[in-house]
Amino acid sequence: MDTTIKNSNLKSEEYFINMGPQHPATHGVLRLLLTIDGEIIKKVEPDLGYIHRSIEKMCERDSYQQIVHLTDRMDYLSSHINNEAVCLTVEKALELEVPERVKVIRTIIGELTRIASHTLWWGVMGMDVGALTTYFYGFRDRELINDIFEETCGARLTMNYNIPGGLMFDIHPNFVKRTKDFIAHFKTKLPEYDTLLTGNVIFQKRMKGVGMLTKEDAISFGASGPVGRGSGYSCDVRKHHSYSAYDKVNFNEILKTEGDSFARYQVRIEEMWESMSIIEQLIDNIPEGDVQVATNAVIKLPKGEFYQKVETARGELGVYINSTGTKNPYRLKFRSPGFSNLSLLNHIAVGGKIGDLVASMATLDLVIPDIDR
Amino acid sequence: MNISLNITKTITELLSGFMSEGAANIGAMVTIALIYLAIFAVAGLYLVLLERKVAAWFQLRIGPNRVGPWGLLQTMADALKLVSKELTGTVKADKFLYNLAPYFVIVSSLMALSVFPFTQDFQAFDINIGIFFLIAISSLGVIGILLGGWASNNKFALIGAMRSGVQTISYELSVGLSLLTMVLITGSLQLSEIVEVQKNGWLIVQGHIPAVIAFMIYMIAGTAETNRAPFDMVEAESELGAGFHTEYSGMKFAYFFLAEFINMFIIAAIATTVFFGGWLSPFGITESIPWLGVFWFVGKTLVLVFLMMWFRWTFPRLRVDQLLTLEWKYLLPLNLLNIILMALIVWLNLTIQF
Repeated sequence: MDTTIKNSNLKSEEYFINMGPQHPATHGVLRLLLTIDGEIIKKVEPDLGYIHRSIEKMCERDSYQQIVHLTDRMDYLSSHINNEAVCLTVEKALELEVPERVKVIRTIIGELTRIASHTLWWGVMGMDVGALTTYFYGFRDRELINDIFEETCGARLTMNYNIPGGLMFDIHPNFVKRTKDFIAHFKTKLPEYDTLLTGNVIFQKRMKGVGMLTKEDAISFGASGPVGRGSGYSCDVRKHHSYSAYDKVNFNEILKTEGDSFARYQVRIEEMWESMSIIEQLIDNIPEGDVQVATNAVIKLPKGEFYQKVETARGELGVYINSTGTKNPYRLKFRSPGFSNLSLLNHIAVGGKIGDLVASMATLDLVIPDIDR
Repeated sequence: MNISLNITKTITELLSGFMSEGAANIGAMVTIALIYLAIFAVAGLYLVLLERKVAAWFQLRIGPNRVGPWGLLQTMADALKLVSKELTGTVKADKFLYNLAPYFVIVSSLMALSVFPFTQDFQAFDINIGIFFLIAISSLGVIGILLGGWASNNKFALIGAMRSGVQTISYELSVGLSLLTMVLITGSLQLSEIVEVQKNGWLIVQGHIPAVIAFMIYMIAGTAETNRAPFDMVEAESELGAGFHTEYSGMKFAYFFLAEFINMFIIAAIATTVFFGGWLSPFGITESIPWLGVFWFVGKTLVLVFLMMWFRWTFPRLRVDQLLTLEWKYLLPLNLLNIILMALIVWLNLTIQF
């Protein structure tokens, strides 16, 4: 096969390289088409479709209870929050008020999920800039959260704990104690993250001033989550469109105005502290009561359009359901945070080196199945 | 214990008992080469095991512990696997250069080993330009890397090879100049003589401030020379997959891999010889037992090897332009100033001698 590039638009000194779909830094099957001049990135074109499973189309076939299980396979690192998004939309459409206990448990587990996702991101982020040890430190703490999940709902990753109308079953008796133990443990371990990586001179040189994203660009690209907040764009759904028990707790929305890779990094680290504070406020006051309200075995949504958004670990996840009154949605659309965040990769990577591309991409915290549904 | 450790002489005398002088010389050379090859192939394998263990300790893991007691046979098993693996290659590779590249790398690193004085007489090849020879030989390896990256016909490999060229040529200067700083004290390039001088105190003590600066520059540049993290631009796995050896498999890959570890040993061994008194024991505590020099030499070297592993498992990687900035804007000017400082200290007789 002839491998020369026959594209007359390319200048002779620029060349083209395929990063992915199998590449260690793309965290899955993302394929980037890079146009490079020496080491300098001229253009980044993400090419999607390697893990497309038609989840949205499959949703049109399934009942609302079944749809919840499909969302696990989108952003698998915040599977609980994805499930919650669908359940909240269905509950909103049915005008169903879930018990307080459900709201609080959903919030606690959602925040644990966020910590688990951010610890994994931190480990992989370190690997992308060449510090291999971070990976194991991140996983050490994530394992403990997964153990808590396993005890309560039997699954570690794809949780399926939510159902429309509440939770599948009550929390495990050990849940409160283990969660408290974890918070106590993680409070001593999170500072280690800073001593190992954040304070490192090489790391700061790699991150500061790299992958610049202004607030205006963040808004126009539809950035959300830590990516948007790293550029000073206040976009925390938990704060602005509160759901579950977030209106009952005090927490800060972490905002950084620098807009570089380091700002996005710091937002995530500080968010872990905030998540711990949210859990601490709720864990001692889980109200008594039922964990679900009865729904029909076959849920039929009223005719109309319904939208609900939640804040996953990566940003704003929106669920849009267009119902014709049957047991399946006529059309279901997910607004996934990763897709919008990926769209700005070209914008922040052009002009940098190959190493900068990898570092900036790591701070976007991409989960490919979330982008390619 | 009265064993003569002057191996060249011993073997030549042994052989000349039953063959002509010329044949005995050649026979001795071949024998010594084989002994060195065997020792350092095994030593390289155990350095790999050590690195894996050290990495595990840094990373809250146990490390290899299944093959043999304490995982001692793990790398042997790995080597066996690599030897028996099929050698694959790319169709459009430049076959001759592609096959040649690993040998350049492994031969250059094994050649460098020949000049080290492991103890008083245990030195295969004591030439009067020892340091110069080491610097020259250690730059040969980069040719292999460049050839391998270019001949693989793979863009990732090519980028890796080009980075390697840029990096090694830059950091060569710092390695050379920091060693020359120390040569100002010893006044000789011969390694055995450099060790001899240190009987009055290790050079890092004799040369105090400039020697410590030279040692730090040497360790940074030396780590860069071996293409190890935080300077592993060449095979930055999150950027280039496996870099220059992406297309290599089986034993050819193993040569690159082994060469990296032997190079690390060499860099540490040079530092031991030049800064830390080579085979000399601290305060001459084991002076009466000369063969213990091997123990001191290897011990000091392993401490420095551990230091380099420590770098690798805690630091993130530099970016390629930051790498060059560090060398050309900071290390090199500092190094040149350091040479002047050292020259002044030697001139004014301010060295510390016991």
